[in-house]
This record gives sequence, structure tokens and C-alpha cells, in this order.
Amino acid sequence: MSESNSILLSADRVAKTFPLPAGGVQTVLEDVTFQVAAGEVVALLGRSGSGKSTLLRILAGLILPSNGNVLANGMPLKGPNPGVAMVFQSFALLPWLTVQENAELGLFARGVAKETCEKEALHALSMVGLEGFEGAYPKELSGGMRQRVGFARAFVMKPEVLMMDEPFSALDVLTAENLRGEISDLWERGVFPAKSILVVTHNIEEAVLLANRIVILGANPGCIRGEVRVDIPRPRDKKGPRFVALVDYIYTVMTNPQAPVGELPAAKTSERFPMLPHARSGGISGLLEIIHARGGREDLPKLAESLSLEVDDLLPAVDASALLGFAVVAHGDVMITEAGREFATAGVHRSHEIFKEQVLKNVPFVSTVLEAIRQKKDSGISKEFLLDILDEHFSESEAARQFQTLVDWGRYAQLFEYNADQERLYPPEQEREEEPVGG
Amino acid sequence: MSIKDWRSSSLFSPPAVKRPTVGLPDVAVGLGILLLLYVVAKAGSQSLVQFNPPDVIPSVDLDPRNLPNYAARSTLRMFVALFFSTLFTFVYGYAAARSKRAERVLVPLLDILQSVPVLGFLSVTVTAFIALFRGSLLGLEAASVFAIFTGQAWNMTFSFYQSLRSVPHELDEMAGLYRLSAWERFTRLELPASMIGLVWNGMMSFGGGWFFLAASEAISVLNRQYTLPGIGSYVAAAVEAKNLPALAWAIATMVILILLIDQFFWKPLVTVADRYKLELSAGEERHFWLVDLWRSAALPRYAERLVQPAFRSVDRWMSRVTAVAAGKPQREPSRAGDLAFNAALILITGGLVVAAVRFVLAGVGLAETGHAALLGLATAGRVVALLIFSTVVWTPIGVAIGFSPKLARISQPIVQILASFPANFLFPFATLGFIKLGIDINWGSMLLMALGAQWYLLFNVIGGAQSIPADLREMAASIGLKRVREWKTLIGPGIFGSWVTGAVTASGGAWNASIVSELVSWGNTTLRAKGLGAYISEATGKGDWPRIVLGVGLMSVFVVGLNRLVWRPLYDLAERKYRLG
Repeated sequence: MSESNSILLSADRVAKTFPLPAGGVQTVLEDVTFQVAAGEVVALLGRSGSGKSTLLRILAGLILPSNGNVLANGMPLKGPNPGVAMVFQSFALLPWLTVQENAELGLFARGVAKETCEKEALHALSMVGLEGFEGAYPKELSGGMRQRVGFARAFVMKPEVLMMDEPFSALDVLTAENLRGEISDLWERGVFPAKSILVVTHNIEEAVLLANRIVILGANPGCIRGEVRVDIPRPRDKKGPRFVALVDYIYTVMTNPQAPVGELPAAKTSERFPMLPHARSGGISGLLEIIHARGGREDLPKLAESLSLEVDDLLPAVDASALLGFAVVAHGDVMITEAGREFATAGVHRSHEIFKEQVLKNVPFVSTVLEAIRQKKDSGISKEFLLDILDEHFSESEAARQFQTLVDWGRYAQLFEYNADQERLYPPEQEREEEPVGG
Repeated sequence: MSIKDWRSSSLFSPPAVKRPTVGLPDVAVGLGILLLLYVVAKAGSQSLVQFNPPDVIPSVDLDPRNLPNYAARSTLRMFVALFFSTLFTFVYGYAAARSKRAERVLVPLLDILQSVPVLGFLSVTVTAFIALFRGSLLGLEAASVFAIFTGQAWNMTFSFYQSLRSVPHELDEMAGLYRLSAWERFTRLELPASMIGLVWNGMMSFGGGWFFLAASEAISVLNRQYTLPGIGSYVAAAVEAKNLPALAWAIATMVILILLIDQFFWKPLVTVADRYKLELSAGEERHFWLVDLWRSAALPRYAERLVQPAFRSVDRWMSRVTAVAAGKPQREPSRAGDLAFNAALILITGGLVVAAVRFVLAGVGLAETGHAALLGLATAGRVVALLIFSTVVWTPIGVAIGFSPKLARISQPIVQILASFPANFLFPFATLGFIKLGIDINWGSMLLMALGAQWYLLFNVIGGAQSIPADLREMAASIGLKRVREWKTLIGPGIFGSWVTGAVTASGGAWNASIVSELVSWGNTTLRAKGLGAYISEATGKGDWPRIVLGVGLMSVFVVGLNRLVWRPLYDLAERKYRLG
């Protein structure tokens, strides 16, 4: 790929922090330096919590970085970036305006003459295959057609960088596939009305299909782990060996937070507070049963595809299985362990027991909580108490999610009971009864 | 793509308009508009042109033939108030939603304004407006409009502020990134997004406004009786003359008025506002005969075509004027500035409270304050009893209506009219009854307060019952839940949230109504209950400033205190535990 040297957008040691409820700050992005040059398609790939959408919004000028600089065409960025148009995950269409009025929105704001507005909007609408729908309202359209309006509205602006924030993730699988193909086709034919594309995604295949360069972000805090160049000639064949190998490689990288990416060295292992993957016990057991049924080993991309699951839905369950010692992940494959096999095939009661053993063995925080509960067996401990601890390490919403996961696992393992009315954790009933009164 | 043959669509006209032909609908629309213009011009000229020195009080003639004229003048007042309420809503709501610092002052202030007994302030405002428009009836007009305004504005403002705050985040980002001008942002995004809430709240507040109209058209302030010709003062005059037939005429006129305004103003607005739903799901379009008539008539389209070029250039011009400058730096508010702002805020609030307390203590002393607080407890007792009574009576009825689509269809318009019918029109009948039957006003005032307040409860319970999913009720039937158990496990929790909303509104309305319910008269017999409402009412009549401040202040403390201590926790509980779906 020949890339001209003109850098459209660059981030220099950008960081973003938010204040935490318990004081201190939550770092969402740390020390991010990267550039978007004219003529390239860059994908920001990361799991939830990697701050990829935050980074996109910082580059678009919608959010101010806490540290570092953003340059647009060499000039420091102070407000919404005029050279950027964005396609939103939720489409962000105004339901009371027609398709054409939605598409014209940005031009009208620039004070462009009415005739030009109309002409440009119609041209953009025809590029995305919406001729004849100018007078329709968004609610009359299907999801895929709505996102086409979103693309047309962005095309009309003829931006330098077209940003897409998970543009296909709100669509069903077939529609997404179709639209993704058309967008990549426009780019390949050289008629794409922007110099560059910056797309945020958690879909690995989407990144490999569209991008020249995939920037992989790590989570907690978000940072750049490394970069993968995609030199596969376009149009790209999803079944081609190079495509498949690259997808496999990226899966491997993404399931191994410590693995080196590209030429960057491995990220230093942090001594941060361990984070529970957001997976419910039911999801973990479901995943293990499927892997067991498929012979105990499965390729992650294949698993995701056959289950129609996005990475963000699948990986938490995979992570949790690995954390609990039910599975190991290597080279983009997930393999069930002996404990996992036993868990997947056990009856209801036995599976609770196995889960309990594995949780106690592998998640030290649960043991700490359990100790606290046992010490105060009658009054139990409050949700607030635990959230106070979690708040020191996580943002408010993340702390709440951690608590939810903890309660789900603890309940399933029958380690403690949680009374949602009183918002308190208690030891399980039989344990309370066993204790001598006043002891 | 061929663009050449494509010529029509624009922001304001639908594509491919067929050449309209003038027909019967046009005759109707044309005549209707002419009639409306005539009524507005006639009613307006009377209040705006006629000059009267304040000592010559305009009199009210009890001949029922005058009623249409009085009704028109009252209605005009209502709409002028609605106009100012809307204006206020936009400015205040916008400021609160746009600026973090303004929000910190404006939102709590709005919360207090909403809970303060507006009627207690009539004395202040009437005096102020008469002084402002010396020698003209306009002062009284303004005071009345202001009273109605204070009954309408807060609710509408809250709704607008909430809508602005809940504009989906990505739409907001879209507006920023595509650099929509302030005008474009307002007309294309914010106003449409808040349209439905605004119209519904406006309709409810407008209904509540009649109550304040009736109370403000005839009022005695500072030992002087002020009368403003209108349907409210007609009722007051009829009460003074003990003229029952005139009262009946007034009530009939009121019902007709409410029906007319509902058919010709609110229903069309609700129908049109339905287009501004934020969710993208395709639903059935609302229909209403007047809107359909308007759409089928050609006249409006001719007119639209005539004004469209002007409209469009105004649109462009406004957009250009309010365009967002490129590279306008965003700033996050500085910590030090915030601290200074908060400190100033606390100082000013503290200063005001201290000044008010000193003023009251200097005027009436501590013993009187304690006495007034006891009166407040008596009124609070009435409000609580009223709520319990209304709940016991109206919850089963509301649930029955809500569960039966047929009953709901029949009764909803009736309940709506009852809710917007000014209860103080019925007070004279009740007062007469109390006198004849020898009912103690200490108990009777409770009934008077309930006359206006209970409908909110019924209204919300019906809505709550309707929102209980049918499959849950089928489940209850299929497992054979007995009546008591069904209420305990399904219906009670299911309508709890709506009940809380209704009860909050009803309790607010009851506090306000206590000012006119605890002190009522028929001819020259006056009944006085022991309560804070009567206390305020008396102080207002006499122009006793320290007692007015004390009474209104105490009532505000009661209302705000109850909101914080009782309603807020109940509301949170409803949100947390009893939310369906």
C-alpha cells in the first residue's frame, strides 16, 4: 500500500481519566500515540473496556483528552473536528425528518445553497443505494437502510476522515455482511468520498476485511498493544488461507492480554486488582457444554461464527472459563480441561459443587468476601461495603458490574446468599443453622 | 443518477404536491379561522383598550347572556398565560440543561417553585402588577395571567428540561460533529424531541390553570376587593348574590369551554405531536377529525405555499446567525470557579433565609410561629386523610376501568374533563350544603380539597392498571389467585409506581387548594377551618405581610419536607423494585 506522508490526524501521548466515586481517578486511556494518514483504512480493535470509542471521540473532537495532544492536519484540535464525519452505532437519525432531510443536515449547517444541498444529498443517497427513498421517514426503513442513511449523511460532508463507531453491530448478521461488503467495495473502486477511514470494532473479521492497519487496544486501562498490517490484496476472500491465518492470529492475541503484538514487546503484567469477566454462570456452563460436545477443542473464530456471537459476547465466557480453570486458550483455540469436562457433564447438584471448588481455588477475592461474611454471620455484609472496595479500583458502573458478577457466581456456587431487598450478603442458610447459637 | 427531473422536495414541502382543489373542507376551515379571529379580537379589545382607574372596579353582570363574553375573556387570559409559560419553559429549561452551573441553581429552585402554594403569592403579585400598570385594567389582567402562569409553567419547564437531558447521546454527538447551528439544533433536534412531553404537560397544566383563573379574577387583597370581568369573577359575584341559577349557567359554560378547547386545541396538538416520537418503530398514525379536515383542505396548502419562501429564508438566516464558529474551544469548568460559585450560592441562600426569618420574628414573634406550625400540622392531617380516602375509593375503580378497554374508552374523556374542571366552581354548592346540613368546615374542607385533587390519583391508577401486561393477568387467573392474593402479588405492586406519581400530584394540588378550601363563604356567611390555608387566606385579605411570609414559608417547608421525606423514597422504591419490564 502506498501511503502518502500527509498525516490527517494524530494523537500524541493522549490519556483520558475520569474521577472515581471513591476519590482518585479511573484511567480509561493511557499514553496513546498513533496517526491516521491519507489513503488508509485503520481499524481500532479492542474488547469492551479498552476505551476504543473514547479514543474515537477524542480524535473527533467530541471529548477533550485529559493529557496529550490531538492534531488535525497539523493543527491542535479544539472543538468538533471539521474534517471528520461519523457513522454511529445507533444510526443517530432524526425520526421526524425524511431521509433526504437527514442527509442534508450537515450541509445546511454550513450554509450551502439549497440546490447544492439537494444535489449532494441525492448523489450520496444514490451511492448507498437509496434512490427513490428520499421522501421516506426513517421509521419506514429497515435497520440496514437506516444505517445507509447514516452513511449518506457522512458522505455528503466529503470528510477527510470518515469515522465509524461499530457501524454494523446493531444490524443482524446478514444485513451487516451485505452492507460491510458494499462499503468495502466503494473503497476498493476508489470512489469513496473520504480520504481515510477510521473504524472502531470488536469484530475481528470486520477489521481484517476492511483495514490496511489494525490497531489492537488493551483494556484496563486502554492502551495500544500493537499494530497488525493487513497486506492481503483486495477484494479479500474470507476463506483465503492468509485471511483465516490472520483472523486466528488476532484471536490468539486478544485472548492473551499479555502476549506481544507485532513488534511491540509484551505489556507488563500489572498488579492491578483482578477483574472478573462479565460472564454469568449459566453462560459459562453453556459454553463448556458446547465445547465438550464438539470434542473438547474448538477454533474461536469458528465458534463465534457458528454461534453468531460477537467477540464481546463470547470472550467474557471464554475468559471466565479460563480463569476458573475449566478451559485453556492457546493459538486462537479453546480447549476444555479435566475440571471443565467434569463440570460440563455433571448433574445439577454436582455442577454447583465443582463450580464452588474452582471459584475458591482460582478467585482469591471471593475467598476474602466469604471470610468477611462468615465473621458477621448474622448481620451479613452490605452491598455498599463491597462497592466501596470495588469503587477504589473501578468506575462506578464497572464496580456495579463486578458486584453483579460476584453475586451471580457466589449464588451459583452456593457460597453465600444475597438479599436484594436488604442489599446484604449472608452465609448460606444451612451454614447459619449449623453454627451454635451465640457462638 | 438523474437529478435533473428531480425538483420538489425541501425541508418544508412534501414531494410531488398535487394541485389542490377548493372544496367543502375549505369552507369549514375558512369559516372556523374567521370566527376564531373575531372572538380573539373582541375579547382582546375589551381588556387591552378599556382604561379604568383602579378605584372604579369593573362590575360583573349576572345575566347569563353575558357569559359567552366573559368566557372568551377568561379563555384569552388562559392562552396568554400559556404563551408566556411556553416562552419561560424554553428559556429556563434550556439554560438549566445547557449549563452545569445554572443547572445547580435552576433545578432545585424549580423544585421549590413547584411545591410552593402559588395562591399565597397572589397578594404579592396583584399589588405589584397594579403598581406597574397604574390607572389601567391591564395591571389586574397581568396579575391574573401571572397567577395562571405560575400554575402552568413549572410542570412544563420540568418536562422540557427532562426531554433535553434525555436526548440520546449519539444524536447529541451527531449535532456537535455535523456542526448544527444553534437554531438548527433547536428546531431539528431539541424541540421535536421534547414535543410530546411538552404537549401532554401543557394540556395537564392548562387544565390546572382554570383553578388559578377562578381564584385570581376576583380576589380581595390588602383590604380591597378586585374584580376582573371573566367567568371566575362571574362565579364569585353569583356566590355573593346567592344566585344559584347563575352558578349553574357558569358551570355549564365551563364544561362547554373545556370541551371546545380540548377538541379545537389540545386534541389536534396531541395528534400532530405524535409524529415526534424518538423511537424508530413504525406504529399506527393517530387520527383526529380536525387534523384530517385541515389536511384535506386546500386552503392551508395555498397559504403554506405563499409563506414558504419567507419561512425558508428566515430558517436560513437564523441558522447562519447562530452558526457554531469553527475551532471554538470547549472548556471544562474549572474547580476553583465551581467552588467560588457554590460559596456565593450558599451565602445568598443563607442570607435570604435569615432575612425572611428575622422579618417574620420581628412582625409576629415566636409564639405565633409555633401556632402557625400547629395549623400546618392540621392541614397536613387533612391532606393525608384525603389521600387515604381517595386511594381507598378510587384505586379499585381505577383498576376496574384500566382492566376493561371498553370502560376505559368511555371514562377516559370524562375523567380528563373532571381533572381540568376548576373545583372552586363547585365550592359554593358544597358550602351551601355544609351550612344547610351543619357540617363542620374542619371536616368539610377536606371534601373541598378532594374535589380537585383526587382525579390525579384516579387518572394515574387507570394508566398503571393498563400497563400491567395481559399475560401476567392471565397467569394470575390460570393459577387461580384469589382476589386478595391477586391484589397483593400483582395489582398492588403493578400500579404502585403510577399510584405514587398520582399521589404526589394530588398532595401538591391539595396543599394549594387548602388556601381556598379552608376559608369559604356563601353570601355573607363565612366558614373558617383551623388550618394553614385559612391562615394564609386571612393574612392575604388583610395585607398582613409578616403573616403572609410566615404562612407561605411554612407551607413550602411542609410540602418540600414531605416530598423529600415521603415521596422521594417511595418513588425510588417504585423505580427500583416495582417496575414492570
